[in-house]
Order: sequence, then C-alpha cells, then structure tokens
Amino acid sequence: MGELLKVDRMKTEFQTEKGPVTSVDEVSFDLKEGETICLVGESGCGKSVTSLSIMHLLDRNGSITHGSVLFEGKDLAHASEAAMRKIRGNDISMIFQEPMTSLNPVLTIGDQLTEGIRLHMKYSKSEARKYAIEMLKKVGIPRAEGIVDEYPHKLSGGMRQRVMIAMALSCRPKLLIADEPTTALDVTIQAQILKLMKELREESNTAIILITHDLGVVAEMADKVAVMYAGQVVEETDVYTLFDNPKHPYTLGLMKSIPHITNPDDMRLDSIPGSVPSVFNMPKGCRFYDRCPFAMERCQNEKPELKSIEDKQPHSIRCFLYEKEEQDYEQKHAEKEVSS
Amino acid sequence: MPVTEQRQPLLQVKNLKKYYPIRKGIISRTVGYVKAVDDVSFDIYPGETMGLVGESGCGKSTTGRSLVRLEDPTEGQVLFQGKNLANISQREMRKLRTDLQIIFQDPYSSLNPRKRIGDLLAEPLLAHKLATKKDADQKVNEILEIVGLPKQYKNRYPHQFSGGQRQRIGIARALMLRPKLIICDEPVSALDVSIQAQVLNLLKDLQKELNLTYVFIAHGLGAVKYISDRITVMYLGKVMELATTKEIFEHPKHPYTEILLNAYPIPNPHQRDREQIVVEGDVPSPANPPKGCVFHTRCPFAKDVCREKVPQLTGKDHLVACHFPLETVNV
Repeated sequence: MGELLKVDRMKTEFQTEKGPVTSVDEVSFDLKEGETICLVGESGCGKSVTSLSIMHLLDRNGSITHGSVLFEGKDLAHASEAAMRKIRGNDISMIFQEPMTSLNPVLTIGDQLTEGIRLHMKYSKSEARKYAIEMLKKVGIPRAEGIVDEYPHKLSGGMRQRVMIAMALSCRPKLLIADEPTTALDVTIQAQILKLMKELREESNTAIILITHDLGVVAEMADKVAVMYAGQVVEETDVYTLFDNPKHPYTLGLMKSIPHITNPDDMRLDSIPGSVPSVFNMPKGCRFYDRCPFAMERCQNEKPELKSIEDKQPHSIRCFLYEKEEQDYEQKHAEKEVSS
Repeated sequence: MPVTEQRQPLLQVKNLKKYYPIRKGIISRTVGYVKAVDDVSFDIYPGETMGLVGESGCGKSTTGRSLVRLEDPTEGQVLFQGKNLANISQREMRKLRTDLQIIFQDPYSSLNPRKRIGDLLAEPLLAHKLATKKDADQKVNEILEIVGLPKQYKNRYPHQFSGGQRQRIGIARALMLRPKLIICDEPVSALDVSIQAQVLNLLKDLQKELNLTYVFIAHGLGAVKYISDRITVMYLGKVMELATTKEIFEHPKHPYTEILLNAYPIPNPHQRDREQIVVEGDVPSPANPPKGCVFHTRCPFAKDVCREKVPQLTGKDHLVACHFPLETVNV
C-alpha cells in the first residue's frame, strides 16, 4: 500500500475583525491507499476545518499558513485553484453532514450526478446518464431509472445521503472525505449508510477521512484515529490501541462520558468539567489544561508536542504525563539509527 | 426506582391521538390527516423517569407536548393527578402549569436573547404571582447554585453562555416553580458529548434531591438507558413496546426494539464484525401509514396477518404490540 496523503504540521488561520484566529494548529497525519482514518472531537475542535483546508473549500478569509498537505506527492497547500478543480470531485471527493442542504433543490438528481461525471470522465450525455443510473443502483436506491429524473425534495434523508455518496464515488476517487455523514440520520438509517460505506470501500479501495464525534461510529469504521481537541491532534494511533489503551486525559474523559447501551446499569458517567476554550482566548500552555484532572503546573505555560511512545502500534500523544515514555522511545530509535 | 402497583399514577395518558389536517386547494379542503400520535396510552408514577424513544417522526415530541398541553389532543385524555387537562378552565390550567414544566432540545432558541438570565428565571415566578421581585431575586440565586452556575451570571445575556450552560439555564427555568413533572424533550441531543454527561448527571441528581418525575424524550438510546426507569418505544405514532429499562435492553420483545438496539454502533472495535440485522427502507410517511402493523413494511419477520390486523398493546408489566413477539430465552 502506497502513501496517499500526508498532512504535515498544517496550520489554518482565519482573518477576522478581531485579528487572525488559528482554527487548526499543527495537525499532522498520514493515510495509505484504502485506509480509513477517523478524526474525532467535539464541535469547534477543528475537524471540519481540517477537511475543508485539504479541499481548499475555506471561506475567503481562511487559508493554510504553515505546513504542507502532500497528496500523491503534490503539495495541495500551495496548489492553484485550477489544479484544485481537477482534483476536487475527481481524485478527492467529499460528503457533507446535511444531505438536506448539500443537494441543489432546482436540479434533478441526474443533472447533479452527471455534472462531475461529464467533466472529469469526459462521458457523453447519454453515457453519463447510464453511468449515473448504475451508480444509483450501486448505492442501493430502488427505482434508479425513475429517481434520476426526480428532484431532491422527493427523497428522504437517508436516500439523499445515498445520492451524495453516489455522486462522491462516481469518478472513482482515491480519497473520500466524509464530514459527519450520518449525524443527521436516524440510527436504523445510519446503520444502512455505514454498511454501504464499508462495502464500497472494500470494492473500490478508496481511502476515507471520516469526521465524526461518535466513538461508536469510529469503532465500526476506522483503521486509524486522530483525536482532536481545540484545533490540535492530541492522540493518534490505530483504532484497537485507542480503545484498548487510551492515554491522553481528553481521550480518557471522552470515553468515560458517553452513555452507552452496553454500560452496566448503575455506572455513573464521568463528565469532563468546563467547556472547550474559545479560539480568541486559547490557553498559553496545554489547551486541555483547565479541564484536565491530571494537570500539573508546567501544563499551564508550556506547550506539549505530539510525540510517539512505544506501543504495539504507532501511538503518539500530546501530553507531558507521557514524557518519560516519549523520551525512551526517542532514545531507542536514535540508537537504532546509529547502529544501522 | 421500584414501581409499586398500589401507588397512584401522577399522570395518565389514555388513548391519546393527535392528528394534523392536511389542507389543499383554495378553500383549504382537508384531504387527509397526519397521524402524529395515534392511540398512545401509558401511566407515569411519582418519582420515576419514563423514557420515550423512537426515530424522527414517531410522535415522541408531540406526545411530550400534549402532556403539558402545548398541543390539544384530537382524541383521548391526559390526566394529571386525576384531572383531565383538556377540559379544565384556563385559570385552573394556569395553576397546574406550575406543576408541569418542559425543557426543550435547542438551548440556543429556547431562551429570549434580549433578556438577562436573572429576568428570564424570575419571569415564571412573577407571572404566577408566587413571589415579589425581591424574593424572586433570592430564589434565582438559589436555583443558579442548584444547577451549578455562579450567581454573578444572572446579569448576563444568553449569547454569553455556551450550549451546556444554556441548557443548565433551561433546567433552572423549569425548576423555578418547583414542578412535580418535567418533560425533557431531547435535552442533550444538541450538546457535545463531554457536556451531555454533565447535563445528564445534573438531571439525575436533581431528581433525587427534589423528588421530580421526568418524561425523558430522546433518540439516543444511551442517554435514555442511563436516566430512565421505564421506556416506551414508539414508531409512527404508536407504542410498540413498554417495559422497564432492564427488560427493554435485556429481553426486547418487539422486533423493532431489537433492530433499534442492534443498529446502535458499539464503541468497541473488537465487536465490529458481529452479526447485525440492518433493516431496509425508510420510515413510512405518517400521512399514509401502512395498514395492519405499522412496522410490517420493514419488519424481517412480517407475515400475512401483520399486513391486515393491527396488533394490540398487550401484557402486564412488559407490554408489546406485536403478533409474533420475540421469544425470550429467559424462563
């Protein structure tokens, strides 16, 4: 499996009336072909801005100010708009949270679906239509021949999300970014969509960046997970390690605060006190400092870095609590390099 | 909390129906009805929490709103301490409203943005003439402390608070009149996960301290399980199953309940390859519900009788509306 995407210390800033605001700060992760990474976190943690930055879909006042986004070796952070147009919808495509608002209400499903197919795949009108119907069948839409000429308002939320998936996958992208694709849907419909995404992933070997706040969805879908808090990745590892051996205090808190149907009856939920800091007023040191039960004095003023520790799988954490493990890891790997 | 048979129910819902007319044409002829709530009955006992769960459009919110008479029922009765809410006078209803309160889903739109928190909270007391301005101020301080907000905050406006804090204010407002019953209509659905736990724990603690009775409406089963003593599962305006929380989760009898529990993603990657029944299709429109059992169009076990005959809600403690309830393994 080759490396498909490498995001390296990406920083996204917005120019506002109150001065520049850093929404995403030093986010790094990488993704191989066919792999799924989940970005988890609460609202305002920068997970959506991360995906919009990769796609160059930020508002005019936002831009990537540091770092790089390497997609198949090309740096998207500094790519021109013309280059991005060739990539968007073709090599990288996206599904949004609200299937209700992400389809154009005055165009038929077919018109919207064939637009990308004709542009990127250079199909004729009738070929594109045939292909669109095929795609609709693939995502499990009944009566695809009829639906293709209908308008979005005739479809339910689950069906619209299927249309969005058909649209996103029609040009056989190498990377699919799904921003909370099932959050607006009912649980039974969510189960349908997740099942569909798994099937399509296996079939087409598409890499997926899945953005969600639901750890249940993460456990179902992810190969790797990056937990985000206040614009930074605080923990990154594979999905099994994350659930079996979570390390960062925020990840621990998040896992303990979710009421789940498999919890024992009398378990009391642990809640994380306080709330997410505002972008205008970020703590100087660790951003989780004022909510962290293990906070030390130095956390207030010093910024922790995202560093690797020794584990069964690559595992990195942004926390001073694991400084010793991080140093051991560094030493060990430095020795290895020297000996080789 | 144990539910004893001898106790008098605090609230009784009897064959509640709420139909909304569908109007068409110039003279707004009624061409049909959306059956939002169709023949729902249950009792709520003092001190317990009744969870109402179901997918969007199942009528859980309409049921909740009918309980505090924000909706007038088309048919059926809502009895609060034996009094039928539908045919009491305005004046009596006003008095009863101090006992019946509601917390809404969206903490952003349920607080008046132009009022200070102190005024917002004092308003119910002054409207019901239960306190003078001075006393009200004192009571506001007390309530803010109960819900865990500093009392200096009462001079602030709603936009100065985060979602979780606003929901605390919503809860404080509902508590101002010391009600007996609070309808919680998706109180945590709009909040971030780390904040949800704070609000759920607050609701739980308040219930113990103030001996409150809750109707907890939600689509997130985790939250419902955490807080409820008994659960009513609804689908397309009808009650599918009603039992204690333990029974619902351990021995669901209705196929819909089973599917709903099963559809829930489990936060444990080691279980991701478990066998899952994924139900096909969408919820049918409540304007044109299927004949017979409303769930038969999506039920994997549906037989001919399900398409013809409406199943009745039967059972003593564990009620289920299904012609072929799932066999319980437990003897």
